[in-house]
Amino acid sequence: MTTPLLRLSGLTKAYPGVVANQDVSFDVQAGEIHALLGENGAGKSTLVKTIYGLVKPDAGQMALQGAPFVPAEPRAARAAGVAMVFQHFSLFDAMNVAENIALGMENPPPQREIAARVRQVSDQYGLPLDPSRIVGELSAGERQRVEIVRCLLQDPKLLIMDEPTSVLTPQEVAILFETLRRLRAAGTAILYISHKLEEIRALCDAATVLRLGRVVGTCDPRATSAREMAELMVGSSLHVPHKAARPEGDVILTLQGLSAKAPHRFGTALREIDLTVRRGEILGIGGVAGNGQDELVAALSGEIRTARDMVQFDGQGIGHLAPNARRHLGLLAAPEERMGHAAAPDMSLTENALLTAAVRQHLTARGFVRWGKARAFAGSVIAAFDVRTPGAGNTARSLSGGNLQKFVIGREIMQAPALLVVNQPTWGVDASAAAAIRQALLDLAAKGAAVICISQDLDELMEISDRFAALNGGRLSDPRPAQGLNVEQIGLMLGGAHDMEVAHVDA
Amino acid sequence: MIRLEKRTAPSRFWTYAAPLLAVVLTMVCGALLFAALGNDPFVTIRTIFWDPLFSEFSWYYRPQLLIKAAPLVLIAIGLSFGFRAGVWNIGAEGQYILGAICGAAVGLAFYPTESVFIFPLMIVAGALGGWAWAMIPGFLRVRFGTNEILVSLMLVYVAQNLLASMALGALRNPDASGFPGSRNLARYPSATSWINEGAGLHWGVVFAFIAVIFAYITLSRHIFGFHVRLSGQSPRAARFAGVNPGLLVLICMGISGALAGLAGLFEVAGPSGLISIDFNAGYGFTAIIVAFLGRLHPVGILLAAGLMALTYIGGEIAQSNLRLPAAAIQLLQGMLLFFLLAVDVLTHYRVRFTSRRVV
Repeated sequence: MTTPLLRLSGLTKAYPGVVANQDVSFDVQAGEIHALLGENGAGKSTLVKTIYGLVKPDAGQMALQGAPFVPAEPRAARAAGVAMVFQHFSLFDAMNVAENIALGMENPPPQREIAARVRQVSDQYGLPLDPSRIVGELSAGERQRVEIVRCLLQDPKLLIMDEPTSVLTPQEVAILFETLRRLRAAGTAILYISHKLEEIRALCDAATVLRLGRVVGTCDPRATSAREMAELMVGSSLHVPHKAARPEGDVILTLQGLSAKAPHRFGTALREIDLTVRRGEILGIGGVAGNGQDELVAALSGEIRTARDMVQFDGQGIGHLAPNARRHLGLLAAPEERMGHAAAPDMSLTENALLTAAVRQHLTARGFVRWGKARAFAGSVIAAFDVRTPGAGNTARSLSGGNLQKFVIGREIMQAPALLVVNQPTWGVDASAAAAIRQALLDLAAKGAAVICISQDLDELMEISDRFAALNGGRLSDPRPAQGLNVEQIGLMLGGAHDMEVAHVDA
Repeated sequence: MIRLEKRTAPSRFWTYAAPLLAVVLTMVCGALLFAALGNDPFVTIRTIFWDPLFSEFSWYYRPQLLIKAAPLVLIAIGLSFGFRAGVWNIGAEGQYILGAICGAAVGLAFYPTESVFIFPLMIVAGALGGWAWAMIPGFLRVRFGTNEILVSLMLVYVAQNLLASMALGALRNPDASGFPGSRNLARYPSATSWINEGAGLHWGVVFAFIAVIFAYITLSRHIFGFHVRLSGQSPRAARFAGVNPGLLVLICMGISGALAGLAGLFEVAGPSGLISIDFNAGYGFTAIIVAFLGRLHPVGILLAAGLMALTYIGGEIAQSNLRLPAAAIQLLQGMLLFFLLAVDVLTHYRVRFTSRRVV
């Protein structure tokens, strides 16, 4: 057997109170797309940061092509041939593609040369990219290509990709996969981090599964079912939400030409949104991030005020009402950002319960807070939604992402909304918590409430929604019944890919 | 090597211990400073921190402590609302001056009439004066997005010039044959804030205690206090919770302005007695230190104001008895804030000593 490109043996890294990686060992071969699978908090990020020189392991060794590999910093890792594409891009909006790429280089050659190399690399790997375009005008998929090209210019032996498809449309995912396959054919190894199992089955040659910092299994993803991999990840059998047939109810929400200016410079304006939502239905709204999701939630929750009749709730114009007046009527919302928006990180769960439940749960009396009642309400949310925490007195920050999300969603559901608006309800949440949240949304709809679920996870939307609509540039497509929609149609509703076709290689 | 690791939650122990440690460190470094200046460090520290309370002359100093602490408590309590909500009113000194001018003007307008209604009217005027002065930066921030730190600070200098012009012009004592300064309100029975001058007790002391209780209840029990804390910690979450950010800015500015104005009124109608060119003594700025030293907590502010008053009175004793320069006392007070902020790291971070060797 040949020497593996990268060999990890016995890597251990502990943080105060938590062991992020324990005795992690596996090999990545040259010319292999190797999946690193695991729930949130399984230790994937720590592991790749170790390989990229951002984290020093407490114990264990790494070897690159047989030679000991101890990168002191990312620069050393890059010099050794390891490149990484992060989930969050580090690009300057005001500069063009070639300038952004030059910024990441130690000794950048002249602009013209960079532009030529960018063209060459993007042709070679099927990554359509114009070096002279301003980054601020690019789509998320194109921005990711800039990051990938930036890595490829270093001619890496190992490319690490952290959840690369979370911001892409299905068509853009197809382009990315084509690129990764070409890279594999050229002998580059790719360490591919994801929790989207179908993608991994379609793309990867080998998979290592992490759970609670340990390697719990390796498998050939092409020969393993998604369900088996999920159970390996979670460590127990997975609960699949149950969707019951529901009768169609009365109209609860009507949006009539809802338009709103972008709340800040990098926001999206809402344009002429028309929509009706009925009691007992779940409307799924898909879209690539930054197409008006946050703004739509804000316009519904009351954080953005509009003309009165643009938003009608139960036949009454409420566009001008503040959040608490809307809560009083039964319109509740759970925004995407948990820390600092849906919840205050440094406040206790009791205080966070008070944050949205003061009106409907009568947690104040003549302006004075009834702390006992607030504590009891927080406790009931914790119990009903299986939030893992020592108690309601703990701060929101001390909870893991999934637990806090369960608390935030549970806090709204326990207030018995007539309409619940959720944005990215399972973002960054582990598989079992995600299933629990989806089931809770389905149960809520079964009881006759309407749910608007905004998400970038199309599988999730298909799983729970009755109708599906897409946000694109602040406009909402006409909703269509979710049953029978295929990936192609959804992709087109999302606005398709930018530069959809793979770059043509001139003969 | 020393490393700092962020705690998941602020340490309960250090939240309370940090101010005490800061005081101790200030004493130690202050002692070194005084030693370098050629004074006996132990005697100096004892003179500043012990003598005002427990020496044979403490019967004279203790009332002075009340007089010094009362305006600091009033102003700092007001500031703590804004500071908790992320509203940075740095201009309490100006609001204090305006409160004194407005309150004194009302009192002087009635001179020499005697009536029980005069003093309450002065209180209202003082609070309104400070409130109105604070509304300027508040309104500008809400309406035009200006920085309230700069505007409120600049308005202090405007207020000082206004004070000088009042002392020399409109409010000048007509019987003082051209000397600057107003009539002495402390000698005008219907307008004085003194309750018992010998004990250092004036209405400002009473209001300071009321303010502490009011602030404590508001911040811990009332939904408004919750919204104030929420706005400071997570502005977006506050908006989501239904807080109107502009209104909150105005209310916080209003509370701090009105309390600073009250402090000015009680001072001018009692301990100071008259509007003079140099009437203000920096209480508005010292109160910022007091507010942070007291952790923006009402009870903490009460204790911190006591400590600050102690360094003022003790400093004066040290100046007259030990010939310590006035700047040395200000340095001591500066050190206190410096150490407090430095020690604060321990509340949010854990210090780890690690060997230099890294695997």
